[in-house]
This record gives sequence, structure tokens and C-alpha cells, in this order.
Amino acid sequence: MDQALKEQEGLLERRQWTKVPSLLRPGRYFMQGDEACAEGAIAAGCNYYAGYPITPASEIMEHICRRFAQLPGRVFIQMEDEIGSIASVLGASWAGARAMTATSGPGFSLMLENIGYAIITETPCVVVDVQRAGPGTGQATRPAQGDVMQARWGAHGDYEIIVLSPWSVQEAYDEAIRAFNLADRFRVPVILLMDEGVGHLRENMAVPAETPIYQRWKDPSRPPFGEAEVPPMPAFGEGAKLLVTGSTHDAWGYRRTSSPQAQQQLVERLANKILNHREEIQRTHRHYCDESNLDVLLVAYGFTARSALGAVRLAREAGIRAGLLRLTTLWPFPEDAVRELGAQAYRVIVPEMNRGQMLREVQRVVPHAIGYHRTDGEVITAPEIWAAMQRALRSDKKHVLEGKEQER
Amino acid sequence: MKRGTTASIVKYIRPRTFPTPFCAGCGHGILLGAILRAIDELELDFSQMLFVSGIGCAGWIPSPHYNTDTLHVTHGRPVAFATGAKLFNPQLNVVVIGGDGDIASIGGNHLIHAARRNVDITVICANNLIYGMTGGQVTPTTPRGAHTRTTPAGNPESPFDLARLVAAAGATYVARYSVWHVRPLIASIKKALQHTGFSFIEVLSTCPTQYGRRNENPTPVGMLRALKENCVTMERAKTMSLEELTGKTIIGEFVG
Repeated sequence: MDQALKEQEGLLERRQWTKVPSLLRPGRYFMQGDEACAEGAIAAGCNYYAGYPITPASEIMEHICRRFAQLPGRVFIQMEDEIGSIASVLGASWAGARAMTATSGPGFSLMLENIGYAIITETPCVVVDVQRAGPGTGQATRPAQGDVMQARWGAHGDYEIIVLSPWSVQEAYDEAIRAFNLADRFRVPVILLMDEGVGHLRENMAVPAETPIYQRWKDPSRPPFGEAEVPPMPAFGEGAKLLVTGSTHDAWGYRRTSSPQAQQQLVERLANKILNHREEIQRTHRHYCDESNLDVLLVAYGFTARSALGAVRLAREAGIRAGLLRLTTLWPFPEDAVRELGAQAYRVIVPEMNRGQMLREVQRVVPHAIGYHRTDGEVITAPEIWAAMQRALRSDKKHVLEGKEQER
Repeated sequence: MKRGTTASIVKYIRPRTFPTPFCAGCGHGILLGAILRAIDELELDFSQMLFVSGIGCAGWIPSPHYNTDTLHVTHGRPVAFATGAKLFNPQLNVVVIGGDGDIASIGGNHLIHAARRNVDITVICANNLIYGMTGGQVTPTTPRGAHTRTTPAGNPESPFDLARLVAAAGATYVARYSVWHVRPLIASIKKALQHTGFSFIEVLSTCPTQYGRRNENPTPVGMLRALKENCVTMERAKTMSLEELTGKTIIGEFVG
């Protein structure tokens, strides 16, 4: 892209940001993770919600249903299934809505074809997946983090996607707002990957006075599917004569179903509009990571990061230089932060409630990382992780593992 | 200019989209025109119309040809996409156009639930009894005994009576016509477009390429003639015996 166009887009990007007063009275609240996610969505201006009941995400739908009834101009519908839910969300998004749906693993599986459709048609929306133990029906009320790779790769074809994973009730609220803004900023579906632990957690959180909002760019004079890195998106009924298709298309939406150039151009632009803005999307948090060479670095996300922080504190009490790198953005994978801290740490451990989905990604940039896994539908505790840290530190070999840890 | 004429409806066609991709003898072009004639005669604001279609030959009727907002979606889901657009912006006049595979097979669940909800959209199903785009496989509306690529010995299953199915599901306007019966079809589309609530029209269409030539009716004219001869109006059907009605298709308004 030439420099002038790039500068113009930078200007425009800044112009689209505004701040609006928060809907809830600013202050402290005692709230459930699912409810906080719903309140964050409402604060972000979510005005269309379609969903289907599923444990452990139903509270989001019920809370939105109750709250939308008090707020004008917001549409709630319980659809016939998850496929209908995501489809109607995408239809509403093109009609101008800030639209969302929430589900858990089985429903998320059903939504993935239309999430791929949202990617190729550049339709902003937020999809919440409150993970539970799978595969299949699995254990509906038990926590897990098994959908990390499904969120990344579940739709067919080659693409990049934004996935955010909150670790607390506060972050469920904050990241829901950020998810809506990123969705409209980059014209993408954004996955808010919660887990049952965070979804059903109740704790204190704070509502700020103002909520940042990114207004969708609507200029009908420029092509809605190309030219600009993130093209403008007018809504239906605004006279733009939109030609929207899930087939490969050119800048104005005309189908190009056998042109190699059109296919490549589209796939590359859809990926690059995310990859070129990694710094803006990636959010990580460093806890006790001040020393340059840590004895043990934990890399964790979601509910497990809470236990990881506890384990770091236990280690610190024992005189071990331990730190936690907490990932709030899972995809695009924050590899620079992981590489920087991981390369200097003697031991790197990735605890997660799956068989090592994020571990593999961490190992790509920090080959000596090892995992600590639980797949029994129970959360990982701080003492467990602390024990794993001690075992890793005692061993001479970099890859010796015991118990539930596995050799890689 | 007289409304509803070919000269008068050209203005609704998106530039650079003709000729259509339809095979010679396909009935969908007649339906493409009939919908535009109905819109033109009603003098509707075309810019406030949204056409949603899915995957399949009939999905191409509005997209890319209609020069207003068009949404060409995943296979089977146009009714659900349309529901979202309509609920969020009730000012839009939302029309779904799809084939029997798209609307009645993979999208059957969305169809009956939209009818049950009485969502204020119009669904027009171009029923040509076959999956045309994928090469001629059996659909839920293929008649018993018919030969397709996946029923070489004849279809062992019974077809849906789509109009009655949607009526039973709670639609508040339901009709069935064919691409032979263009005048009553246009009149019916006009009614459906003006109807408040869920309206459904099953339009029997022709596919000589994938259906006719495997079922002893390989020519476009022959298929249209079969529509003319096999369709009986509701009024006439009342005077006919069960034997006389065997193999016939009843056309007319079922609800409304």
C-alpha cells in the first residue's frame, strides 16, 4: 500500500474513535463472569443478540434478554439453533447492528461455517465461547480450555482470526468491549474465548465512567471489499447497493470464482489486515517479570492464569525467581512477548486445561517450554503448578516430566 | 413507460451481470423477471429492498443481478440471515430467494421456524426438483420414482409438499405457482410483498439439464408443457376425483 493511502487510513482510524458514558453507574459491582461479559457487550453498544441455550453460556443470553427489554433499540431473539443464531447475527450486522451471540463448545462447532463466512465477507460480530469439557457433549458444567485451536482453525480455509481470553470478571467486561471495537475496527468476527471457570466466577469488578467506542466507517464511495486494508462498510438500506457474497469476490463484491489473482489477493488482505496490526490487537500482562533471567516463567491464560499467579507467589515466598506472562489475546499469538521472556527463563511451563494446545504454539518460539495439563474437568490449582515448577527446577534435563506432565 | 414491461424493469439489473449464468431452458430467468415485474408494478422503493439468497442455482437470481442490497450467504441459511436483517431494521423489505435444496433441505429448520415466528419477510422457493449446480442429485421435493444421479433406480422417498408444510408451520401467506403460470405468479408475488408477516411462494421451475433429460422430458418446451398440463388450480381440483388428481400439482393460494 502506498504511503499516502496509509496515512489517510491512519487519520481516519483515529477519527472513528469516540467515548460514551457507561450505561451502568460507574463504580464497584459484585458480578458473575457471564453477566459481566453481557454488561460489557451492552456498554459497547451491542444492539442485536441472537442465541440458543447451552450450559455454561446461557446466563449471557438470559442477562442480555432481561437488560435489552429495558433499553430502546436493542433486539433480542432466541433462534432455533446455533447456526440460525450466528446467521441472524451476520444479517443484523450488515443491517448496521453491533451484533453478538454466545455459546459453548458444541454450539461453537455449529457456528464455524458461518464464522468463515464472516471472515470472507468481512462482517463484524462478537462470538463468545464459554468453554466446557469436551469433546462431544462431554461434561457440560465442568471447565476446560479445549477450544483454543478450534477457535484458531475451526472454520475451513486459510485465515487469521482475533481470539481474546479473559481471566477475571473484570476482564470479561473489558474484553467484551474491546472485542466489539476490534470487530468494527478490522471488520472481522472476534471470538471471546471464556471458560466455565471465569463464566461462573463471582467477584468484584469496576465499571469506568466512559466506554471507548470505535464507530464503523461507512463511506459508500469507496469499494466495500478492497482497495483499503480495512474497507468501509455501509449498511443495508443506505443506498450503497451492496453486493455481499461468501464466494471469492473483487473490491465491489462481484464474484471471481476462478481467478487465481482474486483468490490470492483476498486471502492475503484478509490475513494481513490482522497481522499488520498485531501490536494494536495483542494484549499480554507481566506479573513478577522484572528480572531479566527468571528461574521459571509461566505462560497462562483464562482461569488457569489465576492459579498460575498464585503459584508464582508461592515460588517467590520460597526464594525462586518466578514470573507469569499472561495472555489476554490468544490469536494472533503474541509470539514476540513470549519469545522475549521465554528465551531468558531457565524453565518455561505452560499450564492449561487441555492436552497442550497453547504449549505447542509457545514451543514454536521457546523450544524448551514444557506443559502442565489437566483434562479431568477440574481447574488447575496453584499448589499443583508450584509442585510442577519445583520438579522442573530439580531436574537437570530440560524436558523431564512426571505425573500429569507429558514429554514432548 | 408502462410498468412491468421488460423495458421498464431493466433499471433494476446491476451493470455487468448479464447474460445470466443459467443453462438454456432453465426456468429461473422467468422467475427473475417475474419478481422484478411485481416490484415495478407496485412501484416499491427498490433501494429499501434487501434480497438474501443462499447456495445453488436459484441463489443467483438476485445476486448479482438485482441492483440493490443483496446478501449471498452460506448454503441453507438465507432465511436466518434475513431474520437478523429484518429484526434489526424493520424498514427493509426483505425477500429470500432460494432453491428447494437450499430452502427445504439444508435450510428446512430455519424455514419452518421463520414461518412459526411469522417474521415479516417474503420467501420465494424456486422448486426445480433437483440439485442443479452440483450435478443433479435428489432433493426433498424430487417426486417418488424420479431418476437422479443419486437415485438411479428411482427415488424411493416421498417428497415434501412445501406449500402445505409451510402453511402448517404457521405462515400467514402461502401460495404455489409455476414459471408457466406467469401472470398469476406475478399477482401472487405482489400480494406476498405487501403482506405483513411471513409469506411463502413455492414456484415450480424447470431444469431440463439435470432433471428433464433423466426423466424423459429433455427439452425446455417439454418441461414447460408438463407444468401447464400437470398443474391444476385449487378451484378445479375441488371438482376432480382422487384418481384424476393423481400426479397433479395443485396451484393457488393455500393461506392468505
